[in-house]
Amino acid sequence: MSLKMWSLKKSVWVFHVNVGACNNCDIEVVNMLTPKYDVERFGIKLVGSPRHADALLVTGVGTHQAVIRLREVYRQTAKPCVVFLIGACACGTGIFKGGYHVAGPVDEIIREVDPDAIIAYVPGCPPKPEAMISGVVKVLSAL
Amino acid sequence: MKKTMQKPILAVGPFHPLQEEMEFFQLTVDGEIVTDIDARISYNHRGIEKISETLQFDQVPFLVSRVCGICSASHPLAYVQAVEDIVGVQPPERALYVRTIINELERVHSHMLWVGLAGHFIGYDTVFMWAWKYREPVLDLLEEITGNRNNYGNVKVGGCREDIPNELKPKILKELDGVEKKTEMLTKAVLDDPILHARLKGVGVLSKEDAIAYAATGPTVRGSGIAIDVRQDDPYAAYADLDWNVISQPEGDVFAKTVVRLLEVLESLKMAKEAVTKLPDGPIATEVKEIPPGEGCGRAEAPRGETFHYVRSDGGNRPIRHKIRAPSYVNVPSFKASCIGQHIADVTITLAAVDPCYSCTERLAVVDGHNNIIHDYETLLQMSREKTARIKKEIGAPEFKMEDI
Ligand code: SF4
Repeated sequence: MSLKMWSLKKSVWVFHVNVGACNNCDIEVVNMLTPKYDVERFGIKLVGSPRHADALLVTGVGTHQAVIRLREVYRQTAKPCVVFLIGACACGTGIFKGGYHVAGPVDEIIREVDPDAIIAYVPGCPPKPEAMISGVVKVLSAL
Repeated sequence: MKKTMQKPILAVGPFHPLQEEMEFFQLTVDGEIVTDIDARISYNHRGIEKISETLQFDQVPFLVSRVCGICSASHPLAYVQAVEDIVGVQPPERALYVRTIINELERVHSHMLWVGLAGHFIGYDTVFMWAWKYREPVLDLLEEITGNRNNYGNVKVGGCREDIPNELKPKILKELDGVEKKTEMLTKAVLDDPILHARLKGVGVLSKEDAIAYAATGPTVRGSGIAIDVRQDDPYAAYADLDWNVISQPEGDVFAKTVVRLLEVLESLKMAKEAVTKLPDGPIATEVKEIPPGEGCGRAEAPRGETFHYVRSDGGNRPIRHKIRAPSYVNVPSFKASCIGQHIADVTITLAAVDPCYSCTERLAVVDGHNNIIHDYETLLQMSREKTARIKKEIGAPEFKMEDI
């Protein structure tokens, strides 16, 4: 395992990108930080810049206006990084499938930028914070 | 010779994860003072009205509950009322009560969420953690009743999908009592805090005249002394049977809006408890066989204000037109009245005070016309927090210690 990969697995800092979500997934993401789930115990922290992040939490369908920014955010994130697609929307545009302003699915957009991106899917509408935590644990132990 | 200098412009957005939509604000600043504000929306536009036309009447509630995750009870309710308006059907009594209970629980957790975020934005993370902790029991109750923490999908044309089992009533009442005690404590803590007084009073004032001129709704306008509320003015569900008051405050500043929201949480808890106690027996849905041609309107008081749905049917099984007007749409332009003349450090909380629209302040850059200083969102947040710390020092407030709790 390379040094970079080894260090990626410790204290994951995440940057949260909303690319057209209904906001529920976002609230559940923030919920992970509050006393009931408190993931900061494990060193998981929301950061304000993709350049500081080890992982991206992407929520939402990827609207035409937002995907331009999503590509840019992905390019700016330090590699290697893990992309977590949170919620049915991000995993495959969910209930908004076929909408005229939907450019997603998000995974294809990220693969356009980087075909080797590490992408993890956490389905649910919205996934419970427990599901998100379990997703993070599974990915980190599989790396 | 006078040189015309380009006005410094401050760009707020379009990404910020903490609240609803992605939006983009452009603030023109003169030193520390904001002289103009401009907003641009539609980053989060998903074309819901159009998608709705491709779904069947019964599928649309699931779609509209995803208009905004945190108003996921009010939007479907307004839609369902619009369709019931076309059909001319009256849902059974019990369904109306179940709708009321779910909507009030939603208001409780939504307002708590706001109080927490507002605390976070001015550097009071204790309030953030408290408020978010106390809203958890409400989410658990909603999960127990409807099967999901958010996006309940509980209403349908003619009634409700899930009933509140009678065995669950004592548990709901007990949990709500617990939440009420915590909220009372939080309300007192917030209202008695001299720093919050100094930090929020007189900030971001939306005068009564401006509130009327911008046609703002919800807590935004009730904080400016106008006591309008759809639940009172055009009662739907079971609101007419319950005993409650519309909360309003005359000042129009951020503090008034905070007070309105906190007192509304207490009022909502009271209403939810009353509705649970009075819950009548009977079926929870009337069968609706077909939707005749026609058009209907439905409105509901979402946590952020009035939400309005218009549906037109041609007698088929899909709506041929579905129009949604969400409360933030009218509340956002009121920034023109409340932000101009404010300090940059106060803009964060003034934008947050309306509740929807803090959405996008993540990627934010201040470009100063002549020496090109670039600030980002973090710097602004920092400025907001430093101001609180400065006021704290001036007032001479004691440092907050763990042992005092
Ligand atoms: S997956 Fe569901 S909860 Fe999450 S953003 Fe999409 S619609 Fe909202």
